[in-house]
Amino acid sequence: MAKRIEVSDLDIYYGSFLAVEGVNVAIEPRSITALIGPSGCGKSTFLRSLNRMHEVLPGARVEGKVAMDGQDLYGADVDPVDVRRQIGMVFQRPNPFPTMSIYENVLAGNRLNSKRMKKSEADDIVEKSLRGANLWTEVKDRLDRPGSGLSGGQQQRLCIARAIAVEPDVLLMDEPCSALDPISTLAIEDLMTELKERFTIVIVTHNMQQAARVSESTGFFNLNGVGQPGRLIEFNPTEKIFSNPDEKATEDYISGRFG
Amino acid sequence: MTTISAPPAPPRPKRRAGDRVFAGTAKGSGILILIVLAGVATFLISEAVPALTAPAEDIPGGEGLGSYVWPLIVGTLLGAVLALLIATPLAVGIALYITYYAPKRIAAAMGYVIDLLAAIPSVVYGFWGLAVLAPTLVPFHEWAAENLSWIPLFAGPASASGRTMLTVGIVLGIMILPIISAISREVFSQAPALHREAALALGATRWEMIRMAVLPYGKSGVIGGAMLGLGRALGETMAVAIVLSGGAGATLNLIGSSNPSTIASNIALKFPEASGLDVSTLIASGLVLFLITLVVNMLARWVVNRRADFSGAN
Repeated sequence: MAKRIEVSDLDIYYGSFLAVEGVNVAIEPRSITALIGPSGCGKSTFLRSLNRMHEVLPGARVEGKVAMDGQDLYGADVDPVDVRRQIGMVFQRPNPFPTMSIYENVLAGNRLNSKRMKKSEADDIVEKSLRGANLWTEVKDRLDRPGSGLSGGQQQRLCIARAIAVEPDVLLMDEPCSALDPISTLAIEDLMTELKERFTIVIVTHNMQQAARVSESTGFFNLNGVGQPGRLIEFNPTEKIFSNPDEKATEDYISGRFG
Repeated sequence: MTTISAPPAPPRPKRRAGDRVFAGTAKGSGILILIVLAGVATFLISEAVPALTAPAEDIPGGEGLGSYVWPLIVGTLLGAVLALLIATPLAVGIALYITYYAPKRIAAAMGYVIDLLAAIPSVVYGFWGLAVLAPTLVPFHEWAAENLSWIPLFAGPASASGRTMLTVGIVLGIMILPIISAISREVFSQAPALHREAALALGATRWEMIRMAVLPYGKSGVIGGAMLGLGRALGETMAVAIVLSGGAGATLNLIGSSNPSTIASNIALKFPEASGLDVSTLIASGLVLFLITLVVNMLARWVVNRRADFSGAN
């Protein structure tokens, strides 16, 4: 289940453009790690490099090492498809498959593993995942309806259910609440706190209160200027980042002062 | 006791001149289409009436309108459906290759070449079918007649010239390929990145991603494109008239030497020498073609709308 991720000397490129430079960090299992920083600083790029979603874009590549419990995710014989099956992802905008029912959406990942599933087995996975995402009671009577008919917050929880249905080791969340209202946001935050018992969670967020509320560790990304690569400026326990950060840049960002 | 006064009339929304002009033009265009359609239908029906009411022995062939038109209907549908069966999978494959597999430069060049197919006049397709494709397919005709004759479609005996319904179907398939592939390409390339990434992040391979996020999204577009292609295949005149040695009775045999003609090519071939009731008969067959295309399009709409909830448009 939950696994530890170690990143060493990671450089991330878009073509010849160096987007993120020299990241060294260890992400602990069964905890929430938050990544904060200004727009364009590379925190989402870094997050996407953890499950090899970065390289989906043409020309995108990385140098350096990302290891999950010692296994190099960028090893020559590692299939990115397998990496993504172990490291789930939730996106900024809820993206349930519009052509599938709620039921089929939850099972989408399991169907990929192309195992034959018994109906009862599938039912169990759906119920367990939807309960895990705190969505079961709201949708249990309309599992055959399209997922796109749900509210934004419900759709995002459906996406979380879909991600945890395959029992990944790590869950990456790219600003999962930025398109949601405060009540839905709270529901997702509560959910994250429950999920961290079972998964390693990494979340990118623009909302610093959110980072302070939910995470154990926080990483602050910044860049020196437009066209410069982003860097991980500071990585510390969340309490320390928000009360007594090591770096001046972190303190400036958190208190809203720049330059 | 208080009296409740009537609520004040809601303020009339302000109507701007630009909005009115635009709404008027849009409405006008919509109505114009209906008028044209109604005009065509009226013409077809009024001109077909003499044939519809004439005694059976006066219709060419001497056995009535039904037995005159029936082989033509079979020929038309057979050729068009064959074309559709050949072209649709090919067009979807081409569209997927161009949008998701080919390197950028090859994709652009290939898209251009495929579009070029649509610019070739149908006369040229006809002559190509007659001069090149038909002789080339003769060995296949013979092989099919020998080995596949248990299927009614390949009952044989094989045509020696290759000017058969099979050859026509292939020519028509190539002709409608660019329409279907252009529309499929367009809808596939618009499959939202959001859903493609959702599939990839779940650990989908490229093909699984296409199956989960691209094909379902593009399905109604592909069906729409296929129906446009079918419409062209149903109505194609010149290429069929050149390739097919038609005029025989209705048969499902694709490879024989006696084939039914199609409605459109029959009209084109017979019209120059027709007079009186013959013209009326030809127009009646045109009316039948009109109805066939109408039904085909309605069926396509119905297929597309059946699962509108799940289309992704909501």
